[in-house]
Order: sequence, then structure tokens, then C-alpha cells
Amino acid sequence: MAIEILMPALSPTMEEGTLAKWMVKEGDKVASGDILAEIETDKATMEFEAVDEGIIGKILIEAGTEGVKVNTAIAVLVEDGEDVPDTSDAPAKQEAKAEAPPAKVPAVAKPAAPVSDVSPDWGDDVEVKATTVREALRDAMAEEMRRDDDVFLMGEEVGEYQGAYKISQGLLDEFGAKRVIDTPITEHGFAGIATGAAFGGLKPIVEFMTFNFAMQAIDHIINSAAKTLYMSGGQMGAPMVFRGPNGAAARVGAQHSQDYTAWYMQIPGLKVVAPYSAADAKGLLKSAIRDPNPVIFLENEIMYGKSFDVPVMDDFTIPFGKAKIEREGTDVTIVSFSIGMTYALQAAEKLAEEGISAEVINLRSIRPMDTETILKSVRKTNRCVTVEEGWPQGSVGSYISSVIMQEAFDYLDAPVINCTGKDVPMPYAANLEKHALVTTDEVVAACKSVTYR
Amino acid sequence: MPPKKAAAKSNVSAEELLGHYREMLLIRRFEEKAGQLYGMGLIGGFCHLYIGQEAVVVGLEAAAGEGDKRVTSYRDHGHMLACGMDPKGIMAELTGREGGFSKGKGGSMHMFSKEKHFYGGHGIVGAQVPLGAGLAFSDKYKGNDRVTFAYFGDGAANQGQVYETYNMAQLWDLPVIFVIENNGYAMGTSVVRSTKSPSLWERGAAYGIAGEEVDGMNVLAVKEAGERAVAHCRAGKGPYILEVKTYRYRGHSMSDPAKYRTRDEVQKMRDERDPIEQIRDMLLTGKHATDDDLKAIDKEIKAIVNEAAEFSKESPEPHLDELWTDIYATEIPQEA
Repeated sequence: MAIEILMPALSPTMEEGTLAKWMVKEGDKVASGDILAEIETDKATMEFEAVDEGIIGKILIEAGTEGVKVNTAIAVLVEDGEDVPDTSDAPAKQEAKAEAPPAKVPAVAKPAAPVSDVSPDWGDDVEVKATTVREALRDAMAEEMRRDDDVFLMGEEVGEYQGAYKISQGLLDEFGAKRVIDTPITEHGFAGIATGAAFGGLKPIVEFMTFNFAMQAIDHIINSAAKTLYMSGGQMGAPMVFRGPNGAAARVGAQHSQDYTAWYMQIPGLKVVAPYSAADAKGLLKSAIRDPNPVIFLENEIMYGKSFDVPVMDDFTIPFGKAKIEREGTDVTIVSFSIGMTYALQAAEKLAEEGISAEVINLRSIRPMDTETILKSVRKTNRCVTVEEGWPQGSVGSYISSVIMQEAFDYLDAPVINCTGKDVPMPYAANLEKHALVTTDEVVAACKSVTYR
Repeated sequence: MPPKKAAAKSNVSAEELLGHYREMLLIRRFEEKAGQLYGMGLIGGFCHLYIGQEAVVVGLEAAAGEGDKRVTSYRDHGHMLACGMDPKGIMAELTGREGGFSKGKGGSMHMFSKEKHFYGGHGIVGAQVPLGAGLAFSDKYKGNDRVTFAYFGDGAANQGQVYETYNMAQLWDLPVIFVIENNGYAMGTSVVRSTKSPSLWERGAAYGIAGEEVDGMNVLAVKEAGERAVAHCRAGKGPYILEVKTYRYRGHSMSDPAKYRTRDEVQKMRDERDPIEQIRDMLLTGKHATDDDLKAIDKEIKAIVNEAAEFSKESPEPHLDELWTDIYATEIPQEA
């Protein structure tokens, strides 16, 4: 049976090309793999190989013809002894190219945003105990490792050294070297191995000594861990936690002082949380370990030693996507997370002395973000200030600003102000570093500005 | 270095030879059809064909056992066919249709099958190497004796994460077989233009990892080496490296004019070393099969491939709702 040889697409962007040269003539016998012609694409001159075997019955497009559309018949292949079918008045056949029916409506609506839920994390009757963030993180890991044998901790100095920041203190003794694994200094490699282990059914906790070093591993965090569920059509994903201190510590210079919250919050497939208090740390880390998705868990070194009330409960968890109103107010909404909450709460205190009532929202979960609680508050106060240590361009605050502008524009009595770290690499000198970070005074000034005081 | 001569064992059964022939032919015909569908605009983007390298995956799959895992790069069609994934689902993924293994959301480079223990399909050169070691880690952690095949090319062999992985795989005795599919060219850069230590498997010695070079155009030699590697890993002796010398007949991807090598070089390889022709010769000269027997197999394979192509055209494009699914899991997918 005669087969039409069609002008091929030879690159992802080719729509037409030049049939530069025929390498066969009518009557030639060709086999699979033989070069039929040279075709100039938008990128290069390519050799075009035969797929089927047969005899070149007729050449339909002359050598040197420019602008030959992809899928135009350029020659006819026949079997031995077969006549060439008459194609003279047949229009150049266009193979039915896969075309989506015109979409009448834009792609389906995104899943609805969750409803604001600001119920307390634990009941009034629950006993609390003063606990440091450091202890809370350790307790969360220990509880989850007792609960599920598939959970293990991997990272630099997590075992015998008892944690570079002493977060994993005691875990090696309780769980042994099989489940508390010291790695060489090789972030790219062990982040990849941990992701592979998650594909294989385990639930790794990867500790980065700091998130600055996770830049070595970010390809696996994003390309391997975050995207696989989607790329596999839901067949497999990476239930795991990447955790460690994020952001500036104190006087450690430009390469050890970056806040990555805004980087990770952009990635669909990742969940991103940043606890402020010890209760946040414990409740969110337990949820993170149980979550069937890759979770970025951003801690802060300066907060490790701070003490907070943590409920004494057998199994205390905090769901993702639930912000916490740390202080109620009526005049201005301050939104922050992690160590930024320290400045936000101090500012609220100072503002109260001047008769300005600030509502302070602790985001805790950055992705998914509880934008409903922010919007509800802004609809009440009509003003918003965001606080974070990261850089201004593409910050968490700039995303919140855009959400408020789109969802609550008519409620705003002043532009939203983003208090951020300064747009500079972190300096070492004590005085410069202090100015590079966001300060309580800046938050106070911003709140006064939006309240016109 | 001269290619190793085929370790043509005399005790290979006709049945085994016919099996290898059939599986290699399936990959070749499938890839030729994929190239054709690409030319027709039915397959888009990047499409990396496996033609010429068929003996590598067919030989190693013959050495693998039930439950063993495999992970590879974006040149993955051959691996999926060899581990038994349905050609229809693979081709429909290439055309971006609902019936594809990833519901059309992965494409040529990103397919997975939990059922067949195929873990992708990865697009970042070298990334599958630590992922493969991680899969092996999960098996060792669970205390079973499964092994993982982590395939990568000569190009990936220069990525730093490969050596980070070698170090940890040996340190922790992970049951992973590092399969370097050395086809001589990393896109357009030949091995000798990218390294002064062209014996890639020997780099494992720096980490104490055993390995060997294998004639990747000879499916029987690949299978034998694969059996040694599997035995090593299953015995708990840690990782093993196989540097499989192979050759890709087509360009790196569909848009590669392949000007970095001569037409003669490709033709010579096809004429003298072709993995399918080698087995065909063994079948005919050993009187294991007649010309007609092989023609019948050819016909059967052609029918399978045509059926896959038809399916890939008829399967509908994914529903628009699929845009928003599979971003987050609500529960952990269970191990097959």
C-alpha cells in the first residue's frame, strides 16, 4: 500500500522548513534508517530518515522548496510492483494534528480558599509547660519516630554530635544509628538520597545545618521532591520534611544569613511553614512529619533558646494553613511569621502605649497561607503592615499586599507597607547588621504611617 | 580500546534468545514510531530516542528479580518497555493524552509506574543517581533483599552529585547498581572531549566500589554482567558499577542534527555491532529460528506498536480539571 511521506517536524518549535536536498530519487529502494532528504529547520539542517521500507514512487516537493509546512506530503513510497497513486489534484494532506477543542471557559477554578479558623490551639483546661523551641522540636521528632518506624532523621552532625544546634539531642540514644543518620557534608547528595527513600515509601526528616547550605540541594527539593507527584499523575510523591535554621543568626556574614521563605513559598508541590513559638514548633513539626507531601520547615537559630508555653498533651498538632491571632486589635493589622513576630509583638506593645490598637497575626504556615484570616482582619482595621527579615523584592509581604489589593481593596484606608530586611547582602559589622535587619522601630513607624498618626 | 567480543555462551536457549530479540525489537520499532509521530507533530517538546542502546536495558532486565527497582534519565522509553510497562500507556504519554502513564502531565521525560517499580523519568542530568541510591536505602532500611538499578549516561558521569552518591552508597552498603550507559556522546560532546579519565567505571575505585566495563551491544554480555552485579548487591556487599559501552544511532533529541560525528561512524556501528542483528544472526546460524519465524515476530511487534500509536492518537487530551490535581497528596501512596 502506498504511503505518503510527510514533511516532518524536526524541532519543538518548527512549523515549516526548507526541503534543501533529496538524497534519493524516484525508483530508489529505501530501508528504515536510510537518509531521504536534508531539511532546513528553524535551527539547523537535519537529515530526514526513512521509517518504512519501500520504493520512492514519486517526489512531490522539489528540492530547494522553501516554506514547506509540517505534515505536507513530500513523496510517495510504494511497494515493489505497485503503481504510484494519482496525487496530482489531491490537496496536500494535513495529518489531523491534536487540537484541543476550544475552551469556552477558562481552566477550572482553583480549589476554594479555606475559611478563616482562629480557634485556639488547645483548650483552657489543658496544662501547659514552659519549653524552649529547641526542646519542642526534639520532642516532636521523638514522638513521631516512636509513632512510625518509617520516620528517620538524616543530616550533618545529627547523631553522635547530638545536633550542630543540639536539636537532635538524645535521639541517637533512643533510636539508634539506623534511624538517626550522620551524613558526610554533601547536601546535594543526601537530599537526593532522602528524596529517593521517600519515593521508596519511607518518611525522611532531612536536617540542613542551615538553610543556606540547602541551596546546594535545592534542585532535589524542587525538581525531585516537589514535582514528582504531579509528573507521575499522582502515582508517587515525596512524604518528607526538610528542616533547619533559616535567616540571619548573629554576626555570621552574608553567606550564612539569608531568609529563604519567599523562595520556597513560590513552589507548587511544597508546603512551607515557619514557627514562631515552641508550641508552633512542636505542633507544626508533628504535622509536617505526618504530611504526605514535602514540607519545608523553616526554623530560626535565635529562637531556639526562647521559652514558651507548650500544652501537655499526648498528641498535640497544629494544622497547616491556620494562622494565629496573637493579639487582637482594631486600628492596624500586623502580619508576620517566625522571628518577625518578635518585632511585630514589641511594636504592638509600643503602639498600645500611644493609643494605637494593633492586631498581630502569626502566619505560621506560609504555603498554604491563611489569607482569609488576614483579609478578615484587614476588613476590620482597614490597614496592614507586614514584617519579615527577608529582602523586599518578591517578599512574603509583597504577596500578601497583592492578595489584599485584589480581595479587599475597597477596605483599605492606606497602602500596605512591607517592613523587610534591607536590600543588601548581610554585613558583618555589628552596627551595619543591626541596620540591615528589620527593627521594632521601623514596624512602629510603618503602623503610624498607615494610621496617619 | 577494542570492544569486548561477544561472550556467546553455548548454553543459551532458543527461548531466551527469542525473548531478547522480541524485547529489543519492540523498543526499536516503538522508538521509530515515536520519531514518526514526532515528525507529524503528535509528540511535542523533547523526545530522546533509545535506538541502538536496546541491549542495555533488555540485558539488565533479564538479570533483575521481582520487586527490584529502576530509575533513569529522560531517555527512558526503552527502560519502561523493558520492565513491562504497557506500550499504549507510554505512547499516549508521549502524545500528552489522558491514557498516558502520567495522565499526559509528565510527557516523554517523566513517566512512572509504581506497579512495575519504575521510578522515572528524570529531566535533570544526574539527579536520578542519588534518587536511585535513596530507593536502595529504603529497601535496606526495610530489611528486604531488593536492588535498585540507577541508570545514567556518560554525560551525567561528570556531575558532582554522582560522586557524593558513590561515597554514601559505599559508606552505607546500599544495594544499588550504578549503570553508566556510555553511548560516547553527552549531547554533542564526546567522552574524550569531556574528561581525561575516560574509563568511567574505574572512578568508583576512589570510593572502593567494585565494577566492570561491559559490551553494551551484546545483550548476553550485559545480562551476565548484570547477574554479577545483582548477586553482589543482594549479598549485602554494597553498590556495583557497570559501565555499559553502547551507541545511540539517532541524535540526542529530535532536533539534534548530530554534526559532531560522521555518518560513516553511525553506519559502521549499525552494520557491524547492531544488538538486534547480533541476536538475529545467532538465532539463524544456530538454527534456533527460521526467517519465517523472525518475520512472524516482526509482524507481531509491528502490530503492538501500531496499536500503541493508534491508542495514543485516540486517547483524549486530559480533562482541564487535571491541571489542578496531583499537586498535593492527601494521603501517602501505598507501596505496590
